[in-house]
Amino acid sequence: MIFPLFDTIRISLYTQNLMGENMDNSSNIRAFIGLRNYYELFTNDNWSWHFWNALKNNTYFFLLHVSIQTPIGLLIAAFLSSKDLRFKHTYRTLIFLPAMMSIVIVGYLFNLILSNLWGIPQTILGVVGLEHIYQPWLGLKGPALITISLISIWQFVGIPMMLFYAALLNIPDEILDAAKIDGSGPMTTFWFVKFPLILPTVGLMVILTYVGNYNAFDLIFAMKSLYAGPEYSTDLMGTFFYRTFFGFQMQLGNPTMGATVASTTFGIILLGVLIYLFAFQQRVTRYQY
Amino acid sequence: MNNMKDKYNHFIMHVVLISYTLICLFPVYLLINNSFKKRRAIFKEPLSLPSEETFSLIGFTKMFSRVDFSIYFYNSTFVTLTTLFLVLLFGAMAAWALSEYKFKGNTMLGLYLAFGIMLPIKLGTVSILQLLSSMNLVNTLTGLIIVYTAQSLPLAIWILSEFMKQVNQELKEAARCDGVNEYQLFFYIILPLMRPPLATVAVFTMVPVWNDLWWPLVLAPTGGKQTVILGMQQYIGQYVTNWNAVFASLTTALIPILIFYMIFSRQLIRSITSGAVK
Repeated sequence: MIFPLFDTIRISLYTQNLMGENMDNSSNIRAFIGLRNYYELFTNDNWSWHFWNALKNNTYFFLLHVSIQTPIGLLIAAFLSSKDLRFKHTYRTLIFLPAMMSIVIVGYLFNLILSNLWGIPQTILGVVGLEHIYQPWLGLKGPALITISLISIWQFVGIPMMLFYAALLNIPDEILDAAKIDGSGPMTTFWFVKFPLILPTVGLMVILTYVGNYNAFDLIFAMKSLYAGPEYSTDLMGTFFYRTFFGFQMQLGNPTMGATVASTTFGIILLGVLIYLFAFQQRVTRYQY
Repeated sequence: MNNMKDKYNHFIMHVVLISYTLICLFPVYLLINNSFKKRRAIFKEPLSLPSEETFSLIGFTKMFSRVDFSIYFYNSTFVTLTTLFLVLLFGAMAAWALSEYKFKGNTMLGLYLAFGIMLPIKLGTVSILQLLSSMNLVNTLTGLIIVYTAQSLPLAIWILSEFMKQVNQELKEAARCDGVNEYQLFFYIILPLMRPPLATVAVFTMVPVWNDLWWPLVLAPTGGKQTVILGMQQYIGQYVTNWNAVFASLTTALIPILIFYMIFSRQLIRSITSGAVK
């Protein structure tokens, strides 16, 4: 498991003769070039525009997830954890359902739903009289990435919901009773008692989202294929890596450059995990009940 | 007075939860519903249920006449179940070793596994592809099984060892005093106790493996070794304009996981909320 990661980093330090030989042939002549691939990736026009573009899009993708998915998950979890609310099992089972579906299915499904030919969003917006705000969102440069992020958020909101719900259930009743006796209302109790207690779980959720988002590939591939259109505005690290590694249209696949992209993503993810471990997990106060 | 307020609060909560549940289910409803309709009905009245007039299985017949989905189903099932078996077997043994025996490097090994949970194996694609192609395992199900087993083991070992640490010490000592050897202890006493966590691990292993697109796409894209998800993706790529067939293939790929979820949702949700995964 660890070997492929380090071997990938090793391969990223080589260059390869790309004169039409096939990639499966491991006897290709490779030359060691140190960090040249990284230098090329960050600065050479052939690569750098795509790289920075994918990185920027991916960061945007992640920020949207954290700022929308986490609050929704928290809200639903807070509702579900309130006592003697009926049907809570049904709610959480159904809300978790999309998270079980294959991302590929979700991608194609939303491609159809948002398609101009079918007109589902127009119909629904028409009911509430907002028809005029409809646009072919997936085809526009700005909204496309936001739309795709929202679809991904729709699918995976069940995961933060479950984790927060579990954390909220673990809070002992005595603490909540004590807060009630001290005259704290539901809102105050939530923000000043419950929220600080589940903060470690919120942090965990953020880092899980981070790792997942910088690895995302399936959704873009299903909805936008490798073009990541329009004009690469939905390109993420995963799709960029695939194009670099296997080649796309006129561009030949470049295994060593692919390894460079993968190693860079690895570095980004590792950086996030380390920040989480040292800056967050060490500082946040944990309560043992 | 207070009671009134509670009722009001619950009412608001139900409204919010019901609306959100509808948002979650609506796309799934659209998908399954429209896969059983005639083409005209899909466009004319996408929201209504298929009636006698509009009901049709044309999408399914078209799809099954063009590709043999049964091969893909066989591939997916074989890969998923073999992976599951290997993960449960090796995972349980490794977890037992890590939680029961004190040996040099025990803690290091635990940390190493934690690393494996955090870092996705996808990042090693370049190296794995080279390795497997040098072993002639590209376009084979064996290649997929090896990668999936490696990918699923860290989480499995971690969950299982958390549970194995809780097994009563006296029980183990009593068994040892009765002359039970370590293998018997593991297979006849510990494993039966581990049924609930093993079920949890099973769900967490099977769902991502079944749903995965990346590894089939990279390792087994051709030669009749596609999984359901990849086969469906390739099929839709070809016949993207035939809405009946697209809906039918999406539904076909979705149904197994829906059935699986219906059977195991209770188990899955209980294991998440009981703190098996923190």
